[in-house]
Parts: sequence; structure tokens; C-alpha cells
Amino acid sequence: MLGPSLGVSAVLFSIGVMGVLLRRNVIIIFMCVELMLNAVNLTFIALAQQLGPDGQVIVFFVMAVAAAEVAIGLAIIIAVYRHRESVDLRRFNLLKG
Amino acid sequence: MTTALFWFFAGLAIVAAFLCVTRRSPVASALWLVLSMFSLAAIYVLLDAHFIAAVQVMVYAGAIMVLFLFVIMLLNLGADSSTDMVGWPGRVIAGVLAVVMVIELWAVRQMLPDAGLTLPAGELQRMTQEQGAVTLVAEPLFRDYLVPFEITGVLLLAATAGAIVLAKRRL
Amino acid sequence: MPQAVDLVWLVVLLPFLGFLVNGWISFFRPEARTAVSAVGVGVLVAAFAAALAVALGVSDAGHGEPTIVHLWQWMPVGALQLDLAFQVDELSAVMLLVVTGVGSLIHVFSVGYMRTDPGYPRYFAYLNLFVFFMLVLVLGASFPVLFIGWEGVGLCSYLLIGFWYTDHVNATAGKKAFIMNRIGDFGLLIAMFMIFRSTGSLDFRTVFDAAPTTFAVGGATVTLITLFLFLGCVGKSAQIPLYTWLPDAMAGPTPVSALIHAATMVTAGVYLVARSNVLFAMAPVSSAVVAGVGAITALFAATIALKQWDIKKVLAYSTVSQLGYMFLAVGLGAYAAGVFHLVTHAFFKALLFLGAGSVIHGMHHAYHATHNENDAQDMRNMGGLRSAMPWTAALMWIATAAIAGIPPLSGFFSKDGILAAAFARGHDAPIFIVMWAIGAVSALLTAFYMTRLMLYTFHGPSRTGEDEQDHLREAPWVMTGPLAVLGVLAVVGGLLNLPHIAPAGAAWLEHWLEPVTDAGSAYWAEIHLEVATEWLLLGGATVIAVVGMLGAWFMLKPERLEPAAAATDESGFQRVLKDKYYIDELYDAIFVRPLVWLSRRVLWKSVDDGVIDGVAVNGSAKLSQFAGWIGTRFQTGRVGTYILAFVIGALVLIRAVMR
Repeated sequence: MLGPSLGVSAVLFSIGVMGVLLRRNVIIIFMCVELMLNAVNLTFIALAQQLGPDGQVIVFFVMAVAAAEVAIGLAIIIAVYRHRESVDLRRFNLLKG
Repeated sequence: MTTALFWFFAGLAIVAAFLCVTRRSPVASALWLVLSMFSLAAIYVLLDAHFIAAVQVMVYAGAIMVLFLFVIMLLNLGADSSTDMVGWPGRVIAGVLAVVMVIELWAVRQMLPDAGLTLPAGELQRMTQEQGAVTLVAEPLFRDYLVPFEITGVLLLAATAGAIVLAKRRL
Repeated sequence: MPQAVDLVWLVVLLPFLGFLVNGWISFFRPEARTAVSAVGVGVLVAAFAAALAVALGVSDAGHGEPTIVHLWQWMPVGALQLDLAFQVDELSAVMLLVVTGVGSLIHVFSVGYMRTDPGYPRYFAYLNLFVFFMLVLVLGASFPVLFIGWEGVGLCSYLLIGFWYTDHVNATAGKKAFIMNRIGDFGLLIAMFMIFRSTGSLDFRTVFDAAPTTFAVGGATVTLITLFLFLGCVGKSAQIPLYTWLPDAMAGPTPVSALIHAATMVTAGVYLVARSNVLFAMAPVSSAVVAGVGAITALFAATIALKQWDIKKVLAYSTVSQLGYMFLAVGLGAYAAGVFHLVTHAFFKALLFLGAGSVIHGMHHAYHATHNENDAQDMRNMGGLRSAMPWTAALMWIATAAIAGIPPLSGFFSKDGILAAAFARGHDAPIFIVMWAIGAVSALLTAFYMTRLMLYTFHGPSRTGEDEQDHLREAPWVMTGPLAVLGVLAVVGGLLNLPHIAPAGAAWLEHWLEPVTDAGSAYWAEIHLEVATEWLLLGGATVIAVVGMLGAWFMLKPERLEPAAAATDESGFQRVLKDKYYIDELYDAIFVRPLVWLSRRVLWKSVDDGVIDGVAVNGSAKLSQFAGWIGTRFQTGRVGTYILAFVIGALVLIRAVMR
């Protein structure tokens, strides 16, 4: 089941990419990033079946870091929302010089 | 049997992901993502990663997505009626790039690992039955990957403190 | 055991040392006039002594092979082996003596002429340098060494013509001389390339020995080579069409005109043809061109000289005309006759120029004393100077008789040699009779305009002005001394090459030069004239000379002349002659204006400003700016753009690592 798993992972990852490019709501973009991470996890698990439990350990770490990342990211979004009154990506243009 | 289950859950995951990406309401998107994660957990089980499947449900679907829903509710985004998708030029670009990505990853898929590294078939299942699912993951974790494990602990601590500080109204 | 011939490097080195010393003096001790005079003149006299020794050495060695004095390897490049070597043979010995001998006399004259000039050391430095380069030219054993001298004398000519460079006219004249010379030099270079391509060498001996077997007689290669060589001669020796620089070169000091533009540099072209006689002899078409151009130039310049008022301009056009005679000679295969005329011309033309220098010196002195602004060189301001300057007048009369061709002076024999050769060749082709006729008419005109010059300058009423009369006097002995020596030479110079029909005539110079000219003479039919014909020609030449001189004496009325400031302009054909057939204006319209326009509008405005400044320099700056601007378009400050960039980058990376 390695081949089909990798194929599913590829499709999920691409859907995630499409979502990131498609949406303007920051939170939904964040969710698509999580979807991409999940696709990668699937790749690791599928390969672990061939190459050993190390793949599963990596997935474990990915999840831990993803959790931390989501916490921080959402906190940032909340902080920015308080300033910008919006979660539209177009409004986050302070980098524009 | 296994194959049929696999394809069922795979299809479910893909459909749910697609719906997640295209729904107007953020809450609906979040819920569809939860469904996709559940499907992935099922696939993990089929791939002999029982422990990881459990952790997926607990951490990802249970904690991370709950956190997402909290924030969505907090910011009162569910009331939005207008779509936040980009206009047509952007949709075309997104679609094209996504297709290119699929093609490239599909090509990468052909690159299979060296025969020398591959375990004999069914080895992982045997190891799981021998050691138990948890031990299968725990042993490398606490032996070979101890230092990253400890560092991840520190990372989580930092994340906790950071989240609190960032989200405060007044420092 | 060292032979005298090996001393030749000393002859060359001495003037160069003079240049270095005088140059140093001109920078650091410009007041040390005595030292400059001593060094400047001394090196030339010493060089002449050494040249005598070398010439005697050549005659002792007897007829035969030339001596090559090899100094050092210059450029061994692939198949080309260029050495700095001098070739000492009969021809170079003759030239050596002329250059150092006449040069010494002119240096002595310059001591007096330039006495009050602030640029005295610089003058002698340049003059010494010129002699050095001229010696390299005539002694070179190969075309490139000759070319060094060729270019060097062109440089010194430029420096000396524009000696008083603060006056714009002088600087322009120097430029004109140099640039016209360069046109000729282009021809010489092309010829050298072709010679190397055909024979694989540029040494005179190798090339000339190989010529009979390498080239086909009358073939295209040798004809082209010789035509290009002649182009170089046309530039250097002021023949049609590249002669207009020589009259303008009179802007330089008169001794310079005597040395460079009469006796030595302008004769370099004749020397080149004489040296390359075998090549020219193998190309009858080229030789005919040489003779034709020479003949036409002789006539053309003589007509212009008829109506010039500046004393030096008359002599300048006379020089162009006499050079035409020399080319007529070498174009007919009479190489020795051409060289003979070169030598005698050096004597009497130098004498004429130095004499004119004395006159101008006296006029300047007088005008300076009375603060008169008039032109000291215009003959309309002169007249009756014979009483104030008897020696100069007498010696210049000798030179006039010589150039007119009065027997038994030197000019008579040398000019006759040329005309006899032309007449003799007439048996083979009628065109040569035409050339003979042109030469005869030119001789008549020569006698006429030279007598005119003497008449207006030294005879008739004085037009100089009352106040100046007291200040006009003879030049000091340091100036008239060399005149006297040249006068003697102009009288006896004919002895060098008396024709066979004259008593004791042994054609000495002709036989002496045979080792050099035999190679070329082999291709020509022998010049053979009946004794009676030759006497007839001699008589005819004498008659022409006498008629010309007497005609001018009786036809011209110096009493009717007015001083230059008050003179009325000529009209009609006389005007055309005075204005030199408007050739300068023609060149200006055809060549100078378009070139200046090209330089200004095209090369300057379009190419330099537009392309180089605009496209290359500013354009590359604009390009960088543009590239930067494109860069700014990527930095939108919008997160969406950056995400897109991420994705595209990721796609590229995945593609890159795929096997």
C-alpha cells in the first residue's frame, strides 16, 4: 500500500496548496497548512511500513511541533485581529514599502 | 478487505479535504478538516501505526482543531456571508499550480527507497505484535531520539508561554 | 680587424646624442646657447667626418656586395626575422654624405639665423633628431628599419614646421604635413605587407635577390607593390596629388625648409625608388606611372611658381617641381641620373633657401628696427637688395644659374642626364617623348621664375621703405660662409657625373652606383643616343635655359611692382596661378570638410555621445535601474504575493531534486 498511500498524500498536499492560494481568510489558510502537514505525516507513516518505526517517531515529533505552532499562530492572529479588525489577508500589508 | 477499507478512507479524506478548502463558512471548513483527520487516522491503523493513529485523534482532531474552533468562535467569524475566495485570475493560478504540484509529486512517488534499506514484508506488523504499538514508537523515541524529545519539551513550554503573552489584551 | 665601414653606427649615434644633450639643455639650462651650438654643430661635423670614412671604406672595398652592419635582433616573430641592421653600399654612402655634409652647413647657418630665438636649444635638439632619423632611413637594411626613419623624419618635420607653435598657422601647417605624409605611409605599409607575403622577408638583400624569381615581370603582384611604394613616395616627396603640404611647410624656420624640405627628407621618396629599383624595373606600368606623375608634377608646380610673391613659396614649388624631375628619371630606369639630380639639387636648393633665409633675416632685422609690421618674405616688399647684400645676391645668382641649367654648372649636367634618358626612351615608346617635352617646358619655366625671383628681390628699385634702408645689411659670416661652400659645390658638382661625350667625362657617379642599380637596369633597354643627338640635346637645354633667363630679365618690369600692402590683386589666369589652381580649396571641399563633418556629426555626436555614452554607459545604468525596478515589483508587501512565491519556489525545487 505504499504506492497508493503516497498518491493520496500527494493529492492531499496539493489540495492544501490550492487552499493556501485560494483563500483570503487567514484562519482558513492556517487550516490548509495543517492539511499539508497531515499529508506529509501520511507519507512518513506509509514509508515507515517499509523502512522501520523511525518514520512513526518523526510523525510523533511533527504532531508535537504542529501543536505548538498552532497555539502560537492562533495567538498571533488574535493579536493582529485586535489591531486590524479583520482576518483578511489583504489587510496585512505593513510590509508594503 | 484491507484494500477496500483503505480506498474508502482515502477517498473520504480527499473529499473532506476538498470540501474543507472550498466552504464559505470557517466553521464548516474546520469540521470538514476534522473528518479528514479522522479518515487519516483510520488509514494509519491500516498501515500498522496504531499508536500514531491514536495520537492523531487525540492531538490533531482533539486538541488542535478544537483550538481552531475556539478561535473562530472567539472572533465571531461564522457570521460572514461573503466568500473570502480570491477572484477568477487567482482561482486559475491556484488550480494550475495545484495540478502542477500533483504531477510533480506523482513523479516523485516513483522514486522508491533502496532495496537495501527496505525491511522484509510484514516486518512492521510482526514487530507491532511482538512489542506492542506503544513500545514500537517509545523505544526509538527514548533511545535514539532522546535529545530531540527533550528539546520538544522545551519547545512546548516556550509555545505555552508565548501563546499566553501574545494573546493578552494588556501586558 | 675593424673596417671603416663598421663605423657606420657612429655616424648614426652622434646626431642622436646631440638630440639628447640639446634636449636636456632645453629643459634644464635653456640659456646655455654656446653649449647648444657647440654640441649641435659639432655632432654633425663629426658625423660627416665619420661618413667620409665610411664612404672611403665602401670605395676601398670595391664593387660588390653591400656590407650589412648588424646591430641587434629586433623582432623575431614566427617566420619574420626583423633585425636592426644597416646596409652600407654605394647608394647609402652617397646619401650619407649628402645628409651629413649639407646638414652640417645648415647647422652652422642656423647658429646665426636662430641666434635671437628663445627656443634655440629646442631647435637644435629637433634638428639633430631629424638628422638621426634621416640617417636611419638611408642606412636601413630592411624596409621596417627604413620605415622607422621614414616615420621619424615625418615626426621631426611636424615638430620643426610648427616650431613657432604659438602661431596657429604654423601648427596647422605642421599638422597638414604630418597627416598627408600618413596617407603615403599607408601605401608604404601595404607594400611592405605584400612584399612579406610574396617573399617571406623584408630585408633588402633577400627581397631584391629573390625578386627575379618570385615575381613575374609586369605581373599584378609586383605592379601593385610598386604602386603602393610609390604612394608612400608621393606623400613623402610631395608629388601630385599629395604635394600641398610642402608650400605650407614654409611656415617653419628657413634653415628647416632648406634641410628637410629641399635637401633631405623630401628626397627620401627618390631614395626609396632607387633602392627598390629591381622591383620597379620589373613593373613597367608602375615605372611609367612614376615617370608620368613626376613629369606632370614638374610642370604643374613650375606654373604655380610663376605667380607666387612669397620668396619661400617660390622655392617650395620649385622643390616640388625638381622632385618631379627626379621621379621622372627613376621612372625611366635612369636611377643614377635621379640620384645625381638629388645631389646637385641638394647643393643649389639648399643654397637658394639659405640665401632666402639671409634675405628674410635682413628684412626682419630692418622691420624690427623700425617696428614695421609688413611681411618680410613678400618679394613685393623687397627690391634692389643687391647693394645691401652683395654676397648673398652673388651666391644666389650662382644657384639660380645652376637650377636653370646653365653649363657648366652642376644643374646643367644633372638635368640633362634626365632629359637625355627621356628622349632616348622615346625610341621605344612615344609617351616618353611627351615626357621629354614636358621636362623641357618645365626647364624653361624654371629658368623664368627663378630669374623673376632674383630680379624682384635683388634688382630694380627698392620697395622696402625709406626708414628700413639704413638697417638692411649683409648677413654675418656664420650665415654667408655655408652659402659660399654650397656655391662652390653648386658650381663643381657636375664633375660627379660628367656625360661620356664631355671631355674627361667618365659618368663617375653612374658607374659608382652600378652595384646597386644593375639589378634594375637589367630589365631596361640600354640608354643609347647618337653622339650628334646628344650634343643637340645639350645645346637645346642650354638654349632653353638662356631663353628662360633672358626672357624673364627683359619681360618683367620690377619698377611696376608695388609693395605688398598696397598691391592690387591679380585677375584672370594670373589669379588662378597665384591661388595655386585652387587645389587646396578643392581638397578642403572634397576631403577635409566631409571628414570634419563625419568626425563631428557622426563619430562625435552619434557614435560617441549617442552610442557609447548613451547606449553603453547610460544604457547599462538604465538597464540596471530597470532590473532593479523589476525587482521592486516583486516586493509588494502583500502576504498573498509572498505565498505565491513560496509555492512556485517549492515547485521548482521539487523538479530540481527529482531524478
